Amino acid sequence: MTTDTTTLTSDTGDLSAGDSLGRDAWRRLKRNRAAMVSLVLLIFIAAACVAGPWLTPWGLNEVNWDAFRSPPSLEDGHLAGTDANGRDLLTRTLYGGQISLSVALVATFVSLVIGVLYGAVAGYLGGRVDNLMMRFVDIMYSLPFMFLVILLMVVFGRNILLIYAAIGAVEWLDMSRIVRGQTLALKRREFVEAARALGVRSRTIVMRHLIPNTLGPVIVYVTLTVPKVILLESFLSFLGLGVQEPMTSWGVLISEGVDTMQSAPWMLLVPSTFLAATLLCLNFLGDGLRDALDPRTH
Amino acid sequence: MISFVRLRPALCTAVMAAGLAALPLQADTLRIATMGEPSSLDPHKISGTWENDVAGDLFEGLITEAANGERIPGVAESWEISEDGTVYIFRLRENARWSDGEPVTAEDFVFAFRRILDPATAADYAYLLYPVKNAEVVYGGDAEPETLGIEALDNHTLRITLERSTPYFLDQLSHYTAYPVPRHVVKEHGDRWSRPANLVSNGPFKIQRWQSQTRIEVVRNEHFHDADNVALDQVIYFPIEERNTALNRFRAGEIDVARDFPTQQYGWLRDNLPEATHTAPFLGIYYYTLNTREGHPTADPRVREALSLAVRREVITDRILGTGEVPAYSFVPPGISHYEPAMLEFSELSQDERMERARELMSEAGYGPDNPLQLRLRYNTSEDHRQVAIAIGAMWEPLGVQVDLFNSEVAVHYTDLRQGDFDVGRAGWIGDYNDAQNFLSLLESGVGNNYGAYSNEQFDALMREAAETQDLERRGEIMAEAERIALADSATLPIYYYVSRNLVNPALQGWENNIEDIHRSRWVSFEE
Amino acid sequence: MLIYVSKRLLQAIPTLLIVITLSFFLMHLAPGGPFDGERQLPAEIEANLRAAYHLDQPVWRQYFIYLGNLLQGDFGPSFRYKDFTVTELIAQGFPVSLELGLWAIALAIAVGLPLGILAALHRNSSIDYLVMGTALAGVAIPNFVIAPVLALVFGVLLAWLPVGGWNDGHWRNMVLPVIALSIQQVAYIARMSRASMIEVLGSHYIRTARAKGLSEREVIWRHALRPSLLPVVSYLGPAIAGIITGSVVIEQIFGIPGIGRYFVQAALNRDYTLVMGTVVFYGILIVLLNLIVDLLYSALDPQIRYDD
Repeated sequence: MTTDTTTLTSDTGDLSAGDSLGRDAWRRLKRNRAAMVSLVLLIFIAAACVAGPWLTPWGLNEVNWDAFRSPPSLEDGHLAGTDANGRDLLTRTLYGGQISLSVALVATFVSLVIGVLYGAVAGYLGGRVDNLMMRFVDIMYSLPFMFLVILLMVVFGRNILLIYAAIGAVEWLDMSRIVRGQTLALKRREFVEAARALGVRSRTIVMRHLIPNTLGPVIVYVTLTVPKVILLESFLSFLGLGVQEPMTSWGVLISEGVDTMQSAPWMLLVPSTFLAATLLCLNFLGDGLRDALDPRTH
Repeated sequence: MISFVRLRPALCTAVMAAGLAALPLQADTLRIATMGEPSSLDPHKISGTWENDVAGDLFEGLITEAANGERIPGVAESWEISEDGTVYIFRLRENARWSDGEPVTAEDFVFAFRRILDPATAADYAYLLYPVKNAEVVYGGDAEPETLGIEALDNHTLRITLERSTPYFLDQLSHYTAYPVPRHVVKEHGDRWSRPANLVSNGPFKIQRWQSQTRIEVVRNEHFHDADNVALDQVIYFPIEERNTALNRFRAGEIDVARDFPTQQYGWLRDNLPEATHTAPFLGIYYYTLNTREGHPTADPRVREALSLAVRREVITDRILGTGEVPAYSFVPPGISHYEPAMLEFSELSQDERMERARELMSEAGYGPDNPLQLRLRYNTSEDHRQVAIAIGAMWEPLGVQVDLFNSEVAVHYTDLRQGDFDVGRAGWIGDYNDAQNFLSLLESGVGNNYGAYSNEQFDALMREAAETQDLERRGEIMAEAERIALADSATLPIYYYVSRNLVNPALQGWENNIEDIHRSRWVSFEE
Repeated sequence: MLIYVSKRLLQAIPTLLIVITLSFFLMHLAPGGPFDGERQLPAEIEANLRAAYHLDQPVWRQYFIYLGNLLQGDFGPSFRYKDFTVTELIAQGFPVSLELGLWAIALAIAVGLPLGILAALHRNSSIDYLVMGTALAGVAIPNFVIAPVLALVFGVLLAWLPVGGWNDGHWRNMVLPVIALSIQQVAYIARMSRASMIEVLGSHYIRTARAKGLSEREVIWRHALRPSLLPVVSYLGPAIAGIITGSVVIEQIFGIPGIGRYFVQAALNRDYTLVMGTVVFYGILIVLLNLIVDLLYSALDPQIRYDD
């Protein structure tokens, strides 16, 4: 009980208190070694994807006519080998990272914002509104996603922003159900009842009390959404709705690599390593963040 | 005809020695990975090559295919053709029977031809029978099916009348569109006759079980006229769309024949399973269609020729695909009977000379470093198509061409091609039958598959002339002349001739590579 | 409770109607039709085909024809698999997908939940990192990579299990696909149960329970477990609908005759009736499973009540 009331006061407090909360969280995060290592590695991967392509001697679409599907080697400068078209795999993986990381960032953010707000509102208001809002989610779940995307493309043209939007537009559904479930449980708890008794506005209750308390599962689900989104992008590319050659993404590179798993394993291993490393780091960072932001760990 | 000695006694010993006597004779079962689930077992309702494998083991036409793909008598024992080539009279085997023991009669063929051309059947491949008299009008619903040029003179004599002499007609009769269907069964069950429980067929095998998406089992048809020479007891077809899965199952010994394998694995296969890996020339052309409609840069024949000149076909066949594909310098693949394909003129030039010529043409057409040519290249999603498109894009770069690649799934791709929404588009054609006309007709004005809308009156006139010509050699020469015109216009950009790719258990006998990639299980047996 | 359930079931009717209507028009608006393949069909042939499938009628009329047939329980014939009706295809494939999916879910829960709880109890220790790191590999490696690797290693190289095929549901044929299907779910469940367990363990009523002197075991089993399952259950509702309707990747790689492939292939082939059949079927499953999840909420946390 005591902890919950402290949360209440610190949350409703002024901006400077919020600032100190952020600083507190940062201090706690810094103590978490796994999270910090992950953060550094993530920044490194992101920086490599942004700056890397200028550092490699090859272009995204530059063909080395003497090296088709050649294994990694120092001699010819293809540190990660080449693909079936004689293009430098490292360069392509770094470029692909730009797409995958930004798809992941934007789509996850979209799904996070819509899903959390939608779920929290539905759960908090409950009753008929909740019911209606959740039936809408059921409808969205059941629509054939492929046609939705194909049509979006017909209407808006081929546009990378559209991919983000399309992916975000389906991924928020799970998120909203999870947040709603949490909210349903939370809204009967003492601190929410107390806030209501104090006459705090519903909007404030949702934003300040309910949503922050769902952070645990939300952060975890975010770290699970990222890989989903990255791979969904490769499915859209298969349909011709994702990135177009010569641009690429990790998902696309991995699905190309699977075909040559035995004869050219590096084509699978290089992009997979980047993806796996990113996801692992995100996961540990997510856990660290969750711990750091948890008001109860004061 | 080749006769087979049955090897059953030897098999029995082998199996018993292995202590498997309780199991049915394993090695008498052939397991084939076809590359997809058939849409139907009704030969009137299919259109894919993978369906041909199953349909051709279940049914037999008037003419059928030998192990090497050559046409041999099927249900027909002998035939006569009239002087003008328009009337065929077939003598049917007395011992041809359906798998339920009923005799196969001329009426069954009449019934089948009328059925496939009946608009209500909605058979999408019916047009292959258009050479038959009145077929087209019957299909259009403008004439009664009875007016069709096919007639049973008696139980075992069949007369087919054609619109005009069609030299490749006998070949066509081995196609599944010309298979007989059991009149008595179709009458009884209607559209449900091809369900596994009802299906009756006249080929070397009959249906036993069809578990959708996983396996089709057929067993030897004891009523088949040549049943004594069929070595296999059972054939199982596994519909496997993933070529890598087919390869893995082949390696694990779960299947004996895989009807395709991933090109990307060819190097590995050649090193590790050389005995089992088969590639052979195939009756198909992989090409890029160039949009000749007004407003597209490719409407200019100089641009088309320059693009064609810059494509290093050998690099694509040897380095990108590398499964024995042959660089294409003509539109009609080699190996077609009574036909010598025309060749692109520049095929004699070296690559440097070609590039020089291509640069000249481009600058004549007004393109250069300060006015680069922008092209939209469409291809349908597939690893091979993607790699070829990327490579060709890179080959055009020295000409200052900037290519935007667009891939899409099949349905969207071909819709876009038909609507002319492209500059360059990936296409391919696999011959329906062994005749040059089947390929060249793709370039006739106003034909649906002529995506680039190429149109040349001289070409059309020659094709009409060829259609009227009886003499096969002369007809071939006229068509070659037409092809030469189309090539000189750079009507399309031929890239390579297809090869067939198969994985075949080396213990199989009677499995022969052939240009149409047709393999009937009746010729196959296991050695020892 | 009973009233609540029947109300929700009644609400399913308008929900499904909206799903059907939206999907139907979405599908017909998308470019490409069922007969747009590699070969252009002669005009008269395409006309005959369109007539045979009623595609020559205006879309709104097709819609009402479809609804009318649906009311009589007729999903129509498949365009692509001409020897089967849509109902038969689903009836043949669904039991296979269901069996495989249930095994996969059972495996995922049996492995994922204990792993998650174990990690939560040893939070930020090396056990935690090890468990979560391993579980996460399941998310980090896409199933289209895991499945062929499993097939290659255990089917081809070690030859312990069949590479593919269904073989009427023999257990040997199920092992690899069930593992491939569940790996990702293990990771999801482990991650989510770990997080919510930590959350619950930090809450005041657990502290109260501890203060009361209950043993750690009692605290976890009696008080912490049930509420910590909430997010896992919210996730599992739609996830189960997804898993028991099969996976196109797993089915194609292992040659499983489930219905997962229809969701993608029907759309690619523009097999209109099959698309609608899968949409309706999936919609029903979603509605049912989300209802079950909502009921489970109140079972897991008695504070949650449905007012109406």
